[in-house]
Amino acid sequence: MFEVRLHGRGGQGVVTAADLLALAAFEEGQHAQSFPSFGSERTGAPVVAYCRLSERDVRTREPVVAPDCVIVIDPTLVHQVDLFAGLHPDGFVLVNSTKTFDGLGLGRLLNEFNTSHLLTAPATEVARRQIGRPLPNAALIGGFAALTGKVAMGAVGTAIRERFRKDTSLAERNVAAATEMYHYARQAMVLSGQGVLGAAAD
Amino acid sequence: MLRQIEGSRAVAETVALCRPEVVCAYPISPQTHIIEAIGALVKTGELAPCEFINVESEFAAMSVSIGASATGARAFTATASQGLLFMMEALYNAGGLGLPIVMTLANRAVGAPINIWNDHSDAMSARDAGWIQLFAETNQEAADLHILAFRLGEELSVPVMVCMDGFILTHATEQVDMPDQSQVDDFLPPFEPRQLLSPEDPYSIGAMVGPDAFTEVRYLAHARQQQALERIPEMSAEFAEAFGRDSGGLLHPYRSVDAEVVVVAMGSVLGTIKDVIDTQRDAGLRIGALGITSFRPFPMDAVRAALRGARQVIVVEKSFSAGFGGVLSTDVAMALSGLPVPVATVVAGLGGRMITKTSLQRVFAAAARGEAPQLTFLDLNEELVEGELARIAQRRRSGPTAENILRDLGTVASGIG
Amino acid sequence: MPVRFYQVGSFAVGNRLANRADRTIQSEAGRSNSLTSGHRACQGCGEALGARYALDAAMRATGGQMVAVNATGCLEVFSTPYPETSWQIPWLHSLFGNAPAVATGVAAALRVKGKTETRVIGQAGDGGTVDIGFGCLSGMFERNDDVLFICYDNEAYMNTGVQRSGATPPAARTATTEAVGSHPGNSFGQGKNMPVLAMAHRIPYVATATVADLHDLEAKVTRAMSIRGARYIHILVPCPLGWVSASSDTVRIARLATQTGFFPVFEAEHGEVTGVTTIRRPAPVTEYLRLQGRFAHLFDREGKPAQPDVIDALQAMADDNIRRYGLVDETAEVPA
Repeated sequence: MFEVRLHGRGGQGVVTAADLLALAAFEEGQHAQSFPSFGSERTGAPVVAYCRLSERDVRTREPVVAPDCVIVIDPTLVHQVDLFAGLHPDGFVLVNSTKTFDGLGLGRLLNEFNTSHLLTAPATEVARRQIGRPLPNAALIGGFAALTGKVAMGAVGTAIRERFRKDTSLAERNVAAATEMYHYARQAMVLSGQGVLGAAAD
Repeated sequence: MLRQIEGSRAVAETVALCRPEVVCAYPISPQTHIIEAIGALVKTGELAPCEFINVESEFAAMSVSIGASATGARAFTATASQGLLFMMEALYNAGGLGLPIVMTLANRAVGAPINIWNDHSDAMSARDAGWIQLFAETNQEAADLHILAFRLGEELSVPVMVCMDGFILTHATEQVDMPDQSQVDDFLPPFEPRQLLSPEDPYSIGAMVGPDAFTEVRYLAHARQQQALERIPEMSAEFAEAFGRDSGGLLHPYRSVDAEVVVVAMGSVLGTIKDVIDTQRDAGLRIGALGITSFRPFPMDAVRAALRGARQVIVVEKSFSAGFGGVLSTDVAMALSGLPVPVATVVAGLGGRMITKTSLQRVFAAAARGEAPQLTFLDLNEELVEGELARIAQRRRSGPTAENILRDLGTVASGIG
Repeated sequence: MPVRFYQVGSFAVGNRLANRADRTIQSEAGRSNSLTSGHRACQGCGEALGARYALDAAMRATGGQMVAVNATGCLEVFSTPYPETSWQIPWLHSLFGNAPAVATGVAAALRVKGKTETRVIGQAGDGGTVDIGFGCLSGMFERNDDVLFICYDNEAYMNTGVQRSGATPPAARTATTEAVGSHPGNSFGQGKNMPVLAMAHRIPYVATATVADLHDLEAKVTRAMSIRGARYIHILVPCPLGWVSASSDTVRIARLATQTGFFPVFEAEHGEVTGVTTIRRPAPVTEYLRLQGRFAHLFDREGKPAQPDVIDALQAMADDNIRRYGLVDETAEVPA
């Protein structure tokens, strides 16, 4: 089982991101579970969502306390919430930001975790350009696909198209954002000598 | 067809396939996605004929359902927590009149303190209202139980509530095998009411019943629920035949046949429990679980049979009766009366507190060692409790307990897990 | 010169003297008797009269295609004394506060089944309408559900022993507003003018009526049944027990309520008054109050006003109604 925890704020599509990830995994024949931890709707409040991917039926319902991957959609949460609590030593981190980990004040992560599994990516900027709105959730899933290799980019595209099927133009723009983020991530990893994981199909 | 779908959505679409004729909608977290989805289906004409009524309160929702059902229409609504309590008078009314309304209860804690997260206190408050109460373990089961509910309720003239854990199931996406219209139509015939408001054959429904006959009316309601105890397994078998899945039934044992310790629970926590069972089985513990699906009627005989061989029973429940103890535990203990099988209560998950595999493992291991206390509040924060008790002892005007504790915690419900 | 007949006091000119076309539905042998004999209402019960008149008129208007939903209260209790029922129509009693919502449900079911010709009546006392049923009633109005809701207003919770409701007039004695102390009886509050509140919802039809004018009541129910959507009729029904009046005075007291202006009789559509019944023989409120023991504390042993300011205030309420609704036709040459 591969467990993901997503952090963001209300209104940024955190829950949708988790659902997209689950949907992408489903498209590939994996079992997936996604669920939010928040309740009352309130724009701007910290929000956490979870996603589990597995070969087998996912039965457990507890929140993800020991994630294999943490996705941070809003970096302003960095000093507000313990974003990386329980993260496996070999875990993945994907942060939506134009800054580096050092620039975010998260230099310590580079010492504590496997640097080839850590990535910051400008998903909001990509979303602004591709979709016209600063909604980075779909884009980030593309980045996730590249970083972890746990879902194929093709499946991510299918999931996005399914989720946004009522507005095909919006769907395609989100796919474009995810694809751009995917390639960005792959390139960033190659450039920093991290290698490219998995047999992720384009 | 297999779909990765949100629980609420799965329920809404399945209910729509059951061809409800009058659907009442009053919003309350966490059921809103259900009625919203059904509302959209009615508006687009995908679900027709169906009257979708936006009512002014939950009390109205159940009341409109009563009027509709008494007039021969298949009626459905959904609620949770405070909403269930607000309609409680009408709930008993529907139960007493024998109107086969089906309702989704998206289990949520009852305040005060106000809390929107999951536990079973709402369902427990309605235990005696004469409704059949079925608890879903997964979103698949939540969807399937609605099909069973309409068929069972209408056959027996008893209202049915399908309980699914709020947020944990309603807002989770997982794989659900969604049925198609013809499958549901084959399984669920049109509603044939036992009593009908009709000018063609007028009679009075809802008259006062005096001491001479009230007991008999209540007894007959019990008799119908006893019938349900027989019909539920039969119908679930039919369902398995028709849909190819094992949904519903009275209870689901898991590795409990040769177990020394058996954990009893209802709803989604069973998934977490099963993972722990597997881990502990691998470590050599003879432990198993018993998931109860039908809470009302309570399957006394089946529970007794399933648990009689255990050395220790642990009931993990999301409910609690202040001044007494567990609620489900009491029913389980009753089922085991006369047998030397101790029942320990573990109250967990109240107000949405997470139930972790780690904590469960600790409790189950202790039970296996014969060290299960009679009553445990899982992961109780003793420090917080002591702090408030000290405050109360110190002065009369100690302030509201909930706010005091939250201040001690240093946070206002921003992260719960 | 045409001869007009009026009902005066409790001794009515019989319908036999009227043209067939002008006769009431109640006067016909073929009336439905929706609420048939054998019920346990008190002698002189205004509600039993009102319900019988209203429902038989509705049955006539709908060709017998009608379902009634009843709230808990006097009518429900005396009409279904265990183990009998005196209803000859399809009838459902659910709870105290939900009659409007249950009626909505019945109407929805009939609609979804395609039974468009079967109509729905919801009925309750003043408690079940203006207090505990208010939320559901407002919801029904707001949705414009196809229900005629009838309130039988005897101005208190009679069935439970005469307790004050939102419809109890100021100064009236009830068990929870006793005639003791410096301000005996019910206090002077804002009142809850249900007909006006119904009009504020701009529903298709609102009307007030009393059991003193049978023709008027039947005509209004008949009119209401010719309209689709939410409709409301508020009927004043004196209660000899609660009002502490002679059981033979019920009709007379109802008439005095209208002739003093204390209870205005009118019709309204979509929030606008469309017609009023003008006062034929104006009377001071004291004439109305004197007949009711619930106002006895307002008079002394010789029958003179003991609380003149209270009576003045009540008179002012009546005068205000007269003014608001134009209940006195100044220009009439001949009494109407």
